[in-house]
This record gives sequence, C-alpha cells and structure tokens, in this order.
Amino acid sequence: MIAELVISMLLVIGGVFGLIGSIGLLKLRQPMQRLHAPTKATTVGVGAVLLASIIYAATVLDDPSWQEVLIVVFLFITSPITANFLSKAHLHRTIPADSLPPTGTDSPWATLDTEEAAGARDADHRAP
Amino acid sequence: MLARIFPHPVLTAGLIVIWLLLVNHIKVGSLVMAAILGTAIPLLTQAYWPERPRIRSLSALAGYAALVVWDIILANIIVARIILFRPNDLIRSAWITVPLDLRTPEAITLLAATITLTPGTVTADMSACGRALLIHSLHAPDPDAVRDGIKSRYEARLKRIFE
Repeated sequence: MIAELVISMLLVIGGVFGLIGSIGLLKLRQPMQRLHAPTKATTVGVGAVLLASIIYAATVLDDPSWQEVLIVVFLFITSPITANFLSKAHLHRTIPADSLPPTGTDSPWATLDTEEAAGARDADHRAP
Repeated sequence: MLARIFPHPVLTAGLIVIWLLLVNHIKVGSLVMAAILGTAIPLLTQAYWPERPRIRSLSALAGYAALVVWDIILANIIVARIILFRPNDLIRSAWITVPLDLRTPEAITLLAATITLTPGTVTADMSACGRALLIHSLHAPDPDAVRDGIKSRYEARLKRIFE
C-alpha cells in the first residue's frame, strides 16, 4: 500500500517534470535557452520514473531489478555530450564570435579555433 | 606486473559492476564473465587511454556524486519555476567564462558534465588551450556568482579528488 503510494507519486513527479521540459522547449525563445529545458528538466523526470520502476519490481513483482541504475548511469554519461555537441554546432553556425566572453587565456574558444580564424589572426598580427 | 594486467583498475571494477547490473543477477557464471570482460576491455583499450588518472579518495568521489545528485534535484525545481512562472522578457541568460585550475583531462570532463547536468547551466565550449570553459546560463542575474559557485562547489572538490 505504502509502496504503491510512493510509486504513483514518483510517476506523477516524473510526468510533471517531463511536461515542464517540453513546455520550456516551446516557451523559451533563444536556441541556447531552449537547450536547457529538455536536457535538464528530464534528468529528474527520467530518474523518478526509473526509481518507481525499481520500487515496483522489488515490492509488487517481488523480483528485484537493478538494470534501471544502468539507464541512469548511461543517461548521465551521454546527455552532457549531446548538449555539448548541440551547443558547439550552434556556436559554429549562428553565434557571432564577438558576442562570446573572452576566454581569459591566449587562445580562442576551441569551436572557433578554425584554420580560417587562425589565418585571420596571423593577418592581424602582420597588418601593422 | 599487476599494473600491466590491470591498466585501469577503476575501469575494471566499473565494467564488472556494469556487467552484473546488465545480467541482473549474481551467479558464478556471470561473475566469471564479468571478470573476463573487466580484464580484457581495459587491456584492449589501454592504447587509447595511456595516462592513468589518479583518484586520491574513492569516498570523496562518492560524496561528490551524492552532492551532484542532490544539486540536480534542487536545481531542477529552480529551472521548472523559471520556465513556468518567469516571463521570457525577465529571463537573463548569460555566457560565462570559467577559468580552470584543474589540469587532469578526466577531472575537467567530470566538471563539464556536472555543469551540464545541474540544470540552468550548459557547458558549451572550451578554450583551445584547455584552461577555460564556456558556459551558458539560463537565468543568471549575477554571472560572477555562478562562476564562483562552480569553482568553489565543484572544481575545488574535484581538485582534491584528482590532483
């Protein structure tokens, strides 16, 4: 009884966060802002559903299962990479380089460190 | 000798745990298979991962994982409130530069992943020399506070664990 209560609460929490992530995707305006909604609000959403699945298997089915832990682990390993690739592609295509803050080091941001950019820098150095 | 058979002991332990979780039960057969995979995969892949990261304290690493999970839950609620209740015009998104004190590639990877997983911040890029991270923050009225928070809360801990 208590287990069922906890499972349904976790499922509702998971559903609510998944919904909020999708709302954010619709509502926010800039692509970089929209990247925040689905990649993040879903970490708790998916986590809650998987936790519910673990509790369900252990109590109602009486057949403990831990595979869900692996799903969380792989999700946590892969989702930052997806977000990084998306934002790098976005930086490359649409963000003007001068709208980014300086690196604070001698070299530019890695995505913008292309051969053309290096050529332009050399030209700048040679110009005076 | 032992280091030659097990070039990455932590990877070996991780592979054994992952295999046991995959088969979802603990029997002698699956333990043997896990041990074979845990020995063979690090040996076959060590050419691509020559440096061995030193982990000073496994308990500190576990504590770090717990801290990150807790922060993910808290920050998810904050981001949910921003998405639902804050008008778009009042959302102050910002690019933030985080200068790095960490030098270990594995530690920088963990820091970048942590920043992306904790909602409200995404690691977008790294400087070509690897000494600074470019972060996009969904709502940062005070970008300097976000930067200092990341440095003191996550980077300082990772520095203690890896360096």
